[in-house]
Amino acid sequence: MSTSSEPGLRAPQPPTGPAPGSAVDTPAGQAARPAPPSGLLTVARAPGWVRYALLAAGLLAALWLPNGLYPAVAVDILCWALFAVSVDLLLGFTGLMSFGHAAFWGTSAYVTGLVAIHAGLPFPLAVLAGALAAALLAVPIGYLAVKRTGIYFAMVTLAFAQLVYYVANEWRSVTQGENGLQGVPREFFGLDLTDDYYFYYAVLPIVLLGLAAAWRIVHSPFGRVLVGIRDNPARARALGYPVHRYKLTAFVLSGFLAGLGGGLFAVGHRFVSLDVLHWTTSGKAVIVVVLGGIGTLWGGVLGAALVVRLEDWLSFSGFEAIGLVTGGIFVLVVLLFRRGIWGTVAHWALRRQGLRRR
Amino acid sequence: MSGFLQNTFNGLVGGAFYALLALGLAVIFGMLRVVNFAHGAFYMLGAFGAYVLLAEAGVPFWAALVIMPLALGLLGMALERAVIHRLARLDPLYNFLFTFGLTLILQDLVKSRYGVQSSPYATPAELSGTVDFGLFDFPTYRVFILGFTVLLCVAVWWVLGRTRIGTVVRAATERPELTRAFGIDVGRWVTPVFGFGIALAGLAGVLAAPMRAVNPLMGADLIIVVFAVVVIGGLGSIFGSVAAGFGIGLVQAWGEAYLSDFPIVSQTVVFVVMAAVLLWRPAGLFGREEAPA
Repeated sequence: MSTSSEPGLRAPQPPTGPAPGSAVDTPAGQAARPAPPSGLLTVARAPGWVRYALLAAGLLAALWLPNGLYPAVAVDILCWALFAVSVDLLLGFTGLMSFGHAAFWGTSAYVTGLVAIHAGLPFPLAVLAGALAAALLAVPIGYLAVKRTGIYFAMVTLAFAQLVYYVANEWRSVTQGENGLQGVPREFFGLDLTDDYYFYYAVLPIVLLGLAAAWRIVHSPFGRVLVGIRDNPARARALGYPVHRYKLTAFVLSGFLAGLGGGLFAVGHRFVSLDVLHWTTSGKAVIVVVLGGIGTLWGGVLGAALVVRLEDWLSFSGFEAIGLVTGGIFVLVVLLFRRGIWGTVAHWALRRQGLRRR
Repeated sequence: MSGFLQNTFNGLVGGAFYALLALGLAVIFGMLRVVNFAHGAFYMLGAFGAYVLLAEAGVPFWAALVIMPLALGLLGMALERAVIHRLARLDPLYNFLFTFGLTLILQDLVKSRYGVQSSPYATPAELSGTVDFGLFDFPTYRVFILGFTVLLCVAVWWVLGRTRIGTVVRAATERPELTRAFGIDVGRWVTPVFGFGIALAGLAGVLAAPMRAVNPLMGADLIIVVFAVVVIGGLGSIFGSVAAGFGIGLVQAWGEAYLSDFPIVSQTVVFVVMAAVLLWRPAGLFGREEAPA
């Protein structure tokens, strides 16, 4: 495996020396490591017409989706796409693997549901409230979690998400405990959106807006600094960037996007259960990203489409042990397909164009 | 006073499970830089194995206490050889993801065979009843767990600190390259150490079987608490992991006893402690320098 093959996650380390990214930034060993090209930047270097063609194809596919699938599944795919992109923003572009993003997805789902039920606001406003709540929650969690990196970051975020889960489980007067929030309305200025088919087209602009925001973040100077921090935190700090503050900002933005997805998910299902906060939800978001390709942004969208479709098909055909399949995907992808779908395609395209040498 | 002592004892027993699991995690992490998410699943397999052995083959507790750790340890060694070893050269996150996937698979395999309801496991006859400590009585089985775990931790500490094998393992943990330069075959010890860590998880599972509900999900929630425990203690420090395990057990038991109106407290106190430790000493209470992660 060549060093440049694994965007996002760090390249294989020689057995010696401190691994990169320890929290109390170990100075040695992380000096001049060549930055792995991310799949997204790869595509960004593709000719303009390729990029516009891909964008057009993606938009067309998004417009067509509910005609080819059950609209309810299509809505799920949109929500999960946003969720995956929010995780990739951290994992692929900041080098932080959040294993607790269900905390933001689920918190927003609950807040969205509560606001929609009790205030009767149009659903985009309820979702916005949910996403803001998620971003607010991301501030303390992120503040504590960015003190650690690498595998510790994953464990810390996982633990905090579990804390949120327990609180939601105990706070029955608000969350209805294991019964879940029922009857989340789809209020939208009197329009009838009970049909999932029309609801899909109401959700699509919001999701596209979220995806565009993620793209904008990654391609902004801010995003470049994040990638710099991912590749060499010590150097970023030496250059005078407040590394922790950048990471925290990325974490909160990511929490907001995850919350956007979670809120839409709640309105889409008209029901919120404790599952949205469970650690398996966090794990599923990560595997969706790895399947799509870490550090590719749009790979997560593809991964979401595949996993959601597959799970729907499995539950429809009466297969009980979905964890077996999800876990199997996890294991296979990690063992054999670490570049992910988008990463693999980008890699091939690169080789063909002879662009490998920078 | 006797109530307080009783709660303290309960806390130490609960902490014993955290300590055993954290100890396994810490030795594996030390040797391979791998955080084993499947540790909880192996704990569950230990308990389930004991249950199945008793229910379907009539194998008693004492035999299970030997068989299950051995079997799971061997399974762990095979797993290390087959997969973990290859992924260990990459970013540690890949092994975390791999063992996460493995957890889902193991859980669902057990679930599809035995369902999600809890299975009862009788306390072995020799350990039923209570021990009279003067001020209070305590179930014999719990006394046994505590004594056994403390003995085990001391034994591991002794092996690591006082024997040649322990010296090699500690050296390989801290300076793999230098250890190799002295002509010591570090790779030889990686697989046994991984197997040993898994065996500890299995052992904890067997010990838990008579005391806690045996069901496919028993390990999953526990392992997340144990992750918080090792963040508190400092994963690089074996002593720290064990101490944090017992400490969290104590705090939980006291919370349960004196704040019983707020069940949320004993569930979440470990995460609150973790947050405080992250604020105060990000490397963990006993983590001297940050271990490479």
